[in-house]
Amino acid sequence: MENRKKLHGLLVEFDDSLQLLGAAAKVRDKGFKHWDVHTPCPVHGLDEAMGIKPTILPWIVLGAGLTGLGVAVLMQWWMNAVDYPYLISGKPLFSLPANIPVMFELTILFSAVTCVVSLFALNDLPKWFVPQFKSQRFRRVTTDRFFIYIDAADPKFHAQKTMEFAKTLGGLAVEEVEDSPCGN
Amino acid sequence: MNLVNTLEIDNTRNDPTQREALIVGDNNFTTVTEKVCCIPEATTTPKAWYIAFAASVSLTGVLFAMIAYLIFTGIGVWGLNNPVSWGWAIVNFVFWVGIGHAGTLISAILFLFRQKWRTSINRFAEAMTIFAVMCAGIFPAIHIGRAWLAYWLFPYPNQMAMWPNFRSPLLWDVFAVSTYATVSLMFWYVGMIPDLATLRDRAKSKLAFYLYGIFSLGWRGSHRHWHRHEYAYLILAGLATPLVVSVHSVVSFDFAVSQLPGWHTTIFPPYFVAGAIFSGFGMVLTLIIPCRQWFGLKEIITLKHLENMCKVVLVTGSIVGYAYSMEFFIAWYSGNPYEAFAFINRAFGPYAWAYWTMISCNVLIPQFFWFKKIRTSPWIIFVLSIFVNIGMWFERFVIVVTSLHRDFLPSSWGYYSPTLIDILTFVGSFGLFFTLFLLFVRFLPMVAMAEVKTIMPQAHLEAGHHRGVGDYHGEIPHAHEPEDGNSK
Repeated sequence: MENRKKLHGLLVEFDDSLQLLGAAAKVRDKGFKHWDVHTPCPVHGLDEAMGIKPTILPWIVLGAGLTGLGVAVLMQWWMNAVDYPYLISGKPLFSLPANIPVMFELTILFSAVTCVVSLFALNDLPKWFVPQFKSQRFRRVTTDRFFIYIDAADPKFHAQKTMEFAKTLGGLAVEEVEDSPCGN
Repeated sequence: MNLVNTLEIDNTRNDPTQREALIVGDNNFTTVTEKVCCIPEATTTPKAWYIAFAASVSLTGVLFAMIAYLIFTGIGVWGLNNPVSWGWAIVNFVFWVGIGHAGTLISAILFLFRQKWRTSINRFAEAMTIFAVMCAGIFPAIHIGRAWLAYWLFPYPNQMAMWPNFRSPLLWDVFAVSTYATVSLMFWYVGMIPDLATLRDRAKSKLAFYLYGIFSLGWRGSHRHWHRHEYAYLILAGLATPLVVSVHSVVSFDFAVSQLPGWHTTIFPPYFVAGAIFSGFGMVLTLIIPCRQWFGLKEIITLKHLENMCKVVLVTGSIVGYAYSMEFFIAWYSGNPYEAFAFINRAFGPYAWAYWTMISCNVLIPQFFWFKKIRTSPWIIFVLSIFVNIGMWFERFVIVVTSLHRDFLPSSWGYYSPTLIDILTFVGSFGLFFTLFLLFVRFLPMVAMAEVKTIMPQAHLEAGHHRGVGDYHGEIPHAHEPEDGNSK
């Protein structure tokens, strides 16, 4: 292991979301790819300022919902009309109206569970440690501070030049975050 | 805990030229976090909490003792008889499920309608929903008689080669209530992750750090995460909105699909849903008024929030009142003598006392909320909200019992009275509800801090012209290709 710890990235602190938006747009325009903005609450306008494309989450949920619907139809038809035919008051063994409530509920159940599971999967959660957590400053990210983090893994990252660039963003402070041996 | 802050700030003026602040006082991100987090972080628990907790846990003990007694002895320990085969257990089930509905309404429906005031109370109301649904779930499970076979309700491959009957509303209920419980829990948890991360980052003790740390899953406020989180939240709200309407509709099918006079009506689904929202808001008000007082949250859960909730109570209470009168009208207009008898018997028969309790609490009491003075006086609201809770319990009692106790033939008429076991089981369910609730207010963030922050001026950035997306009205520098391209 090297004596000097490897730089993992640069953390720029802001206390104002308006400034943050401008700064984020600058980072975006520099062409960085491995970078992120950390905020205590969703800040509207950041999607555009960071150049984030809409997530595929809704499409995954749509697929899950349709699956739930199909499962419900097949399940009720197979269980009540094929495998164990229930003849009740001479009514048809399978008819849509009586099966709609369960179809609806399973559509919702499949969609909602998939929505939450995909949210965690796409966000790579749980991930209990990231190097930013070593910064004392960063503890306020869930309270009242905003941060831009530029990852050293970015092909455009240059220890000195990026540091100089980070200082021009107008934040309160710029901090170097070191790579951690116990995490990535 | 903060008992000093007792002053009410009036933010209920209806001046159309000026939008009143939803978070009053001199607050910003830092103070909101501080005010909400200081409750779970307090190193000393107030004595009152211990007293309330001890009482609730004792009542929970009573609940489980009663359930054990019921299981060991049989359903005969309840006051059920022939013809009244559905008694307090079903009344309590519908009562508790109904209470749950306000939480989902606040968290999902008001979210879709962009009602920003929901952010201060949604966490609280969602917690109430989950605990109420837990209480509700107990009753049908023990009502089936052989409670240890409750899993037969679910379609699972078994050695009897039998499947449940999917054309029964009782089975629809199994799916509706279990889906509702699951979705409510996920919605609550997903919304809470950022706030749990706040508690993790502020934790002073190792135990708190690890526990909040584990449950916050390493949340770090990344905007790439927020982006998907907001989408997921919107989707969950979109799913929960029809779900909440479906749940109480399906509960009402338990009655409406039968052919009993007084139950067999098409008005039941909308009327049950309105009643559920009415009772749920009643319960939210009952719980939130003391909590905002005791925990110093008056600047976050303001008079405006209480007033809005009172308006919802007034509207839904009036819908319920309309449904009561429409039931009577149809009983007469249909020309069906059994239907007419059932309703006249409700109002003037042996259960008239229950019927008029219901009418007074559900139809008359909410009318007080026409007066702004009352809508903005927390302690009056508190008292009135308790009447709403009582009234809605009686509504279910009236529906369940009055329709059953007069069968088609006078030879099978009867009268139903609960036994002590019935009463103690119901009281015990309040114990379970309050035990869970007290744990929630002590250890979890009672207000959705991250969501409250989005409606504060600090996040809004009202500068510049109307550009940008969503709530953002400021300037966003537009994207253009970086000078040296992306490939490197």
